[in-house]
Amino acid sequence: MLVESLGNRFKQAVRESSDFRGDLSIVVDPSAVVEVARYLRDEEGFDYFLYATAVDWPARDPRFTVVWEVRSLANKTRIRIKTTAAMPDPHAPSLTEVWPAANWHERETWDLFGIKFDGHPDLRRLLMPQTWEGHPLRKDYVSFGEPVIFSDQKLEGLEPDAIRG
Amino acid sequence: MAETRIAQEPFGPGPAQEPFGPENEPPTDWIELNMGPQHPSTHGVLRVRLKLDGEVVRDADPDVGYLHTGFEKSFEEKTYTQGITFSDRMDYLAPPINNVGFVMSVEKLIGVEVPPRAQAIRVMMMELARIASHELWLGTAGLDLGVYSGFFYAWRDRELVLDLNELYSGVRMMTSFTRVGGVAWDLPDGWIDQLQRFIDVMPARIDDFEAMLTDNPIWHQRLQGIGALSAEDAIRTGVTGPMLRASGVDYDVRKAFPYCGYEQYDFQVPLGTNGDCFDRYRVRVQEMRESLKILQQVVDTLPSGPWITDDRKVALPPRSELSKSMESVIHHFRLVSEGFKGPVGDVYAFVESPRGELGFYLVSDGTNKPYRMKVRPPSLCNLQPLKKLVQGVLLADVIAIMGSMDFILGDVDR
Amino acid sequence: MGELTLRPGPMPTGRAAGPTPLNALGDNLLTTTLDKVINWGRSSAIWPALFGLACCAIEMMGTVGPRHDLSRFGSELFRASPRQADLMIVSGRVSIKMAPVLRQIYDQMPEPKWVIAMGACASSAGMFNNYAIVQSVDKIVPVDIYLPGCPPRPEALIDAVVKLQRKIRGEPLVKRPA
Repeated sequence: MLVESLGNRFKQAVRESSDFRGDLSIVVDPSAVVEVARYLRDEEGFDYFLYATAVDWPARDPRFTVVWEVRSLANKTRIRIKTTAAMPDPHAPSLTEVWPAANWHERETWDLFGIKFDGHPDLRRLLMPQTWEGHPLRKDYVSFGEPVIFSDQKLEGLEPDAIRG
Repeated sequence: MAETRIAQEPFGPGPAQEPFGPENEPPTDWIELNMGPQHPSTHGVLRVRLKLDGEVVRDADPDVGYLHTGFEKSFEEKTYTQGITFSDRMDYLAPPINNVGFVMSVEKLIGVEVPPRAQAIRVMMMELARIASHELWLGTAGLDLGVYSGFFYAWRDRELVLDLNELYSGVRMMTSFTRVGGVAWDLPDGWIDQLQRFIDVMPARIDDFEAMLTDNPIWHQRLQGIGALSAEDAIRTGVTGPMLRASGVDYDVRKAFPYCGYEQYDFQVPLGTNGDCFDRYRVRVQEMRESLKILQQVVDTLPSGPWITDDRKVALPPRSELSKSMESVIHHFRLVSEGFKGPVGDVYAFVESPRGELGFYLVSDGTNKPYRMKVRPPSLCNLQPLKKLVQGVLLADVIAIMGSMDFILGDVDR
Repeated sequence: MGELTLRPGPMPTGRAAGPTPLNALGDNLLTTTLDKVINWGRSSAIWPALFGLACCAIEMMGTVGPRHDLSRFGSELFRASPRQADLMIVSGRVSIKMAPVLRQIYDQMPEPKWVIAMGACASSAGMFNNYAIVQSVDKIVPVDIYLPGCPPRPEALIDAVVKLQRKIRGEPLVKRPA
């Protein structure tokens, strides 16, 4: 029902919708996200912002799926808004003017994925140091720590640190 | 690995993006004070850059990330069962609740039924964790405001909960007691009696705390009228949990979207009126009492039966079966070495942690590991309005406001 | 503030770290007795700096709590200012962003100072072998006592403090039967 009214109102922009395990989600064109968001907030009563994040699918193009989820406290419903962002310079519209609570969530997504949010008032890194290079949660970011050496492995050619680990 | 260089985090105004920008350049007699990551009252490693005009705060910029651990990246590298041990360490004041939220998202994805006894055990552990977390909050928030003896009262009660945790799971804090499809172990003999003793003793102890604080004029002066957040503002800024309820918004996940059998238990959700720090204190103390009510009801109605699902594709078979059935051995081997696979899709499961709605957004690509596990941290949402709440208050009130928010940096930074 | 360089390996502590005025006098009767008295004094009143980072900090608070009372062993107060503290209990995981801060706090503590790496994350990064956590705090500061556990029980932390006291007094860390 909600999906129908969205489909009627926004025609091409709402590309698909799904109801997997009871979670309603819609995929929207990046250009129409803010409009859809405003409609959801004003007409459908989705007032409570839950989270914003992204998923990295390196094999796909566009590479990133940007996800926001919001809830309607009065109607006890939830909806997940998804859009896409493509390399080499991934962008997505910012929903901070629709839901101010999205501020830090979008900053975190910029920090960890490198997706710029157009219209965000204060897009800085949130979790990593300001001078950090790289976006850790991308699939091609190797999460290095220390190699773990076991007793049956050869030790020559390894640096002193690795042996101690 | 060779020498690693870590670029020094600039403590000064910082490069490039400066939040106190040219459009609101402050007057030159304002001081910038760094409430640094090592501070007794920041409840963890939070850094707040304050602009002070004398004793009055004009602006604040919280700087988080000093405890960023890369949990979400770690979840992608571990199977679903291995991730449970990681999930404890996020909101480390109430680890059982993280455990339940994590496995709930996996259970929702795969479509696994949890038997009633397992649900009851989960509820008991979660409510105990809620009491322990609120006690700790009372102790430390009080400590910041000068209530030195409150710290010791709080820890006396918290130790009882940690004892119960230890009797059940072997560990005081990081219980990791859930498994996908149920819980890891059945309750040991005598645990229910110990829990009953706890339930009998606690109301008097909460009364002790209230007697010390609720009518205390110093407590009133420090907390009443400070950091007030109206209901509309609370919803707009996205705060959750006791902060939201203290502002008068009736939203508690346990009532709105019951899980783990919460619909069977009769309890109230305390609400505040002003949304100030004092209301948040009242809400949390009352929540402790309601948790005791829930615990008593669970003890009285505890169902018998299995404590984990008997779907062998997901849960380990009992050890007694291993010597009898070849199929069990194969299931055991598969589950321990590889784990189980989920369908392709994405789900969002959420629980009510002592800080608010803790959600797990799980994206699966059909393998035995999560493709993306996003944690929706209540503490991040609660910390966001700090900038707005502290404008115009005295420096000492900043401590009171941060204390009343009850955020935990492990949750904020993950 | 310059760049922070992580050195591989544990750093020397105590006597191995270099000469102090007391050592320089040599080992004669007066100085060894004086040594013993001073070390006894130092070990009996170790005041830790407030340096709780993560989950281990909660168990550290539990150690100060009423059931396991750390102040019985001399640690009456945790000092918020590192200038007034002599022990740094690194309790919790040290992230990349926190590492320079940790080093700065350590540098601000006056000599003599000791470090207990409490928990698996401080001793060796624990379960977090990834980009965000410094793989053991001994890459940044010299550690005297490593305390494993995730988190270690309060009794274990008390054991670590007692062993540190023995180390300060120059006794062997583990008492062997005569």
